[in-house]
Amino acid sequence: MPPIPNGVPESFYLALSAVLFVIGVAGFVFRRNIITVFMCIELMLNAVNLSFVTFANQHKQVEGHLFTFFVMVVAAAEAAVGLAIILTVFKNRTTLNIDEVDSLKN
Amino acid sequence: MGDLLFFGIFALVAVLCAINVVVQKHPISSAISLVGVMASLAVLYLMLGGEFIAMAQIIVYAGAVMVLFVFVIMLLNAGVEVRRGRSWTATILGAPALLGLLGVLACLLARWFPNSPVIKFGDFAGGGARQVGYALFTEYLLPFEVTSVLILIAILGAVVLARKELD
Repeated sequence: MPPIPNGVPESFYLALSAVLFVIGVAGFVFRRNIITVFMCIELMLNAVNLSFVTFANQHKQVEGHLFTFFVMVVAAAEAAVGLAIILTVFKNRTTLNIDEVDSLKN
Repeated sequence: MGDLLFFGIFALVAVLCAINVVVQKHPISSAISLVGVMASLAVLYLMLGGEFIAMAQIIVYAGAVMVLFVFVIMLLNAGVEVRRGRSWTATILGAPALLGLLGVLACLLARWFPNSPVIKFGDFAGGGARQVGYALFTEYLLPFEVTSVLILIAILGAVVLARKELD
């Protein structure tokens, strides 16, 4: 049995990031509520941010943190616009179920 | 040893909250669980030496973005999700496809980083507000300024989309 390392192996952080990303994909695919789908997108962005910060630590550079910062900014802008779109969809159709928003299909 | 213990606790909290985001029926429960994920990720950022990013995570994500989500959930009076029958392909192939995706990710990570270094708390101090701010305002000044334009456009877009139609 290998000795317990004094610290956390980097692969643990990357594995956690992968697990969170896959959970986000699962919610994105399986959920039907448009707000929950949107939250799962935020979850995926967070998972990717974790690996950015991990790589910043590995290379001892600050660029990973800057990328995380930009991802956060874009995610905030995306949340504002996306929630406005959700409000508009709800106003026009009075539903939050993404199965019922299928005008492009018909 | 302490590092591993802290990582284990907060990784477990993050994964459990993330699963809770997906399985909860009511969107407000999902939102609260997502705040839990973001808070535990902020702790992990601190362990990785990203002090500025950890604080930005708490303030921007767990604060601003999630408050926006909760407002919209309350505004739309979103209730419990209606379950309808889904196609048999989704029922049968959904979980194996996701596990396959996880396997592919794990394989790639194991191949690209075969002997990953051990990260100790405190061995990287380049993620403070001073270093991040210096890099933002010298080398990455143009992206930073473009970001402010992006935010402005997003504000205008949100206002235009969500306003009431004037008759």
